[in-house]
Amino acid sequence: MKKQIPVIGLEMHCELKSNSKVFSRAKNAYSEIPNVNISAVDMAFPGTLPVVNKKCVADALKVSLILNCEVPEYLVFDRKNYYYPDLPKGYQITQMAKPVGINGHIDIEVNDKLIPVLIHDVHLEEDTASLDHYFDTTTIDYNRCGVPLLELVTEPCFHSADEAVAFIEHMRNIYRYCDISDADTKKGEIRCDVNVSIMDEDSKELGIKVEVKNVNSISGVSETIKYEISRQTKLKEEGRYNEVVQETRRYDEETGTTIRMRSKEDAIDYKYFIEPNIPKFKITEKWLSILKNEIPKLPLERKYNYLNNYGLSNYDASIIIKEKAISDYFEECLKLGIDPKVSANWIITQILGYINKNDTSIDKISFTPSKLKELTDLIASNTISSKQAKDIFNKVIETKKEIKDYLTENTQISDSNELETIIDKILANNETQIKEYQNGRTNLFDYFVGLVMKETKGKANPVLTKELLTKKLQG
Amino acid sequence: MNKSIKELHELLKNKETTSEELIKESLTKSHEINAKYNAFVTILDNAQAKPITNELLSGIPFGVKDNFSTKDILTTGSSNTLKNYVPFFNATVVEKLLEKGAIIVNKTVLDEFGMGGTGTTGHTGIVKNPWDPTKMCAGSSAGSACAVASGVYPFALGSDTGDSVRKPAAYCGIVGYKPTYGMLSRYGLFPFASSLDHVGVLTRRVLDAAIVVDAMKGQDPKDMTTWDSSHINLTKSLTGNVKNKKLFYIKEICDINNYENPSPTLKEHLKNFHETLKLFSKSGVEIEEVSIDIKLLEAIASVYTIISCAEATSNMSNLTGIIFGPRGTSNNVTEMIKEHRTKGFSPLIKRRFIIGSYVLQKENQEKYFKNAARVRRLIVDKMKELFKTYDALILPVGSGPAKPLKGSIDVMDRVANIIEEHLQIANFGGFPSITIPDGFINNLPVGINITGNCYTDENVLNLAYALESLMPYKGQIAKEVSK
Repeated sequence: MKKQIPVIGLEMHCELKSNSKVFSRAKNAYSEIPNVNISAVDMAFPGTLPVVNKKCVADALKVSLILNCEVPEYLVFDRKNYYYPDLPKGYQITQMAKPVGINGHIDIEVNDKLIPVLIHDVHLEEDTASLDHYFDTTTIDYNRCGVPLLELVTEPCFHSADEAVAFIEHMRNIYRYCDISDADTKKGEIRCDVNVSIMDEDSKELGIKVEVKNVNSISGVSETIKYEISRQTKLKEEGRYNEVVQETRRYDEETGTTIRMRSKEDAIDYKYFIEPNIPKFKITEKWLSILKNEIPKLPLERKYNYLNNYGLSNYDASIIIKEKAISDYFEECLKLGIDPKVSANWIITQILGYINKNDTSIDKISFTPSKLKELTDLIASNTISSKQAKDIFNKVIETKKEIKDYLTENTQISDSNELETIIDKILANNETQIKEYQNGRTNLFDYFVGLVMKETKGKANPVLTKELLTKKLQG
Repeated sequence: MNKSIKELHELLKNKETTSEELIKESLTKSHEINAKYNAFVTILDNAQAKPITNELLSGIPFGVKDNFSTKDILTTGSSNTLKNYVPFFNATVVEKLLEKGAIIVNKTVLDEFGMGGTGTTGHTGIVKNPWDPTKMCAGSSAGSACAVASGVYPFALGSDTGDSVRKPAAYCGIVGYKPTYGMLSRYGLFPFASSLDHVGVLTRRVLDAAIVVDAMKGQDPKDMTTWDSSHINLTKSLTGNVKNKKLFYIKEICDINNYENPSPTLKEHLKNFHETLKLFSKSGVEIEEVSIDIKLLEAIASVYTIISCAEATSNMSNLTGIIFGPRGTSNNVTEMIKEHRTKGFSPLIKRRFIIGSYVLQKENQEKYFKNAARVRRLIVDKMKELFKTYDALILPVGSGPAKPLKGSIDVMDRVANIIEEHLQIANFGGFPSITIPDGFINNLPVGINITGNCYTDENVLNLAYALESLMPYKGQIAKEVSK
């Protein structure tokens, strides 16, 4: 059999952050208590009408701009009609004919190489209620009903699970950078539908596409793709490729496999049509340019900046861009004139170490970039040693005090007059040893250094101490 | 209760009557009318009087079509699917009237969810015409029209998707007005077809219609299709001065020679219409005949059916009996929904759902739904073009007076179909449109309609006001005609 190339497309749903829901005034918040964040609109009581949340539209447009999509002239919504208990209206308000973005593209990094990802469209819609199935009953929680959902549909442009996962992680990072979503898979804020097919290496025709619905974790996406590739390849190898049919399957978390839901023939006709209760809304160039300005510098751009202009290693740069707050911290350090590598080092080893250990975040700690500047300057001027700096750091970050509060007890004695007095005192009490030294026992030099250190509790500047001792002992 | 809003307000102000008395009279009348004509789903016997303020509507009773959500008051849409539904919020327009001090005394019968034009498909039975109980009121605002015509109160709320306020008004000899789309909030109005649905009002006087709409209008943060109309004052715009206003009527509808076999009734109806035009001309308006491509006019009914059924099938998908309404008994959710809808909806509605589903199906959508939308646009564009030259369109309502409830329906030729359906043009374009009484044929009232361009409500109402003043039907109360 010829070598098989997997072809994968993703539909990535992400819940957006906002005060209220996308078409109602109910609170948009995750809650353990069911049916508390709901309104008459969410429950589709007769006569209720949708009102579009402008903030959600703005965020959707930002993503569209980031993905280099074509933005429509007018904002329009459509109804997707189907009956299911998680959908009180009997239709979902979504965007079919004129999504907020179409024909986009974005480069992502996979194993340190850039690959282009083609975007079919990105559209704003409302989430459905969540159903919990028990042994003989199902409960409905409408809290999620009407939560803003951004659906991003890629072209079938991925060829491995790694590429698909890299894309999801890349987008997750972008959502977080823009503060559009926490993109927390544990709360179900990211959900994917995965399309997988295989084709002969030299073929131009795509194989039979299988759609796997509701994959709710990144590891699930990876498992789904790997499982589908191996299932389809095995059937093809065995000459049973006709058993791969265009169908909808679902991912089964427990077994890591996919299970058939329905065939293409049973596909639902959603009878899309324009939502008449939302008048079309002009998306002006002015608004788009305001939104464009609100988009922060994105992680990949930052990473290349650190690599190319600040000499950071790939490893360090990758860690620093993982969170916007860390990257912002780093850039603040650069602004203050701290050496890039020194900044990176401090952030990665000391600051992130502290953050991980104390389960906090970089924007919550009291140790600001200006404090780091103060500390690194003290090292540079030989006022303190690196070891002392680390001690001071640990104390300052813990007590939230100032660096100077710890400076006196930690400062090196670098004043030659002060050191000379100490050395003279020590030498006066060790005349025998001086003679021995002068008679050739040169290894006694370290003994004298030791005495100075003992006397100064380690604070004597070692270089200066050695310099002075050499001078004095030579007589 | 036979009086106008202003007259009642004066009586209340001067303490010649009280809100209690008006409510009592209105309730007594409600029971009487209900026994005779079956106009109400609910009569609120415990309706409470309100203090009299400077608001014209304070202390005055009114009726609400039973497809407007009313807090703590049963609201059925005249459907078995909501026969036990008590909303926990008021429709915006209801809320505004209550804030002004008006009092709801009853909820009126409609064709199930407004989806009919006869007043015969409500779950509580047929509504009879107060001029002749063997005749229909037309629909869907049948109960509201019947009650206002009978003098239960000076005004009632209606809704108008095709002609549901303006046709019953004609059949009952009263005023029916639907303002420009978006002047009145639809929040809390049970939807039939959202792009065509309008809130409207039924009164016995044009001035009362202006007063009530002035009280209800305003941009509603709960309805995105509403617009700011604070610069418009309908009541003040009724000067009666219509000099040099230009109106047109459509030749294809109004010329008796266009009809193959016109009935004597139709002949008389059109004659009556033209006489009214002559009368109106005396007040200084110019009225011209305009010819419109008959193909465009013939398409009105199909365009309406396709768009309204498509939107309706989607709008009413929330009626599953799961969250509200009587729940199905099955353990299986699909069966539960099926049972609720099969038992709850009347055959007429089911037929509309099937049409709606059919025209929205992927393979049919382009041919039916999208083409209907295109033709709708053509019709609206044609009207807007004419409104550049003319201040309003004036046409007869329907092919004559109220039709019999029983017996054979007239076989209509294709033009007769247009005269029955042309009021839907105002729903296609969201145009302000008002029907006022235009005399009697066979002792039954007929109506005349004035429709203008969007946002010209003041002009349309003032024209109707001027015409009303020229005729003796202002404020008339229905009295059963003896055979």
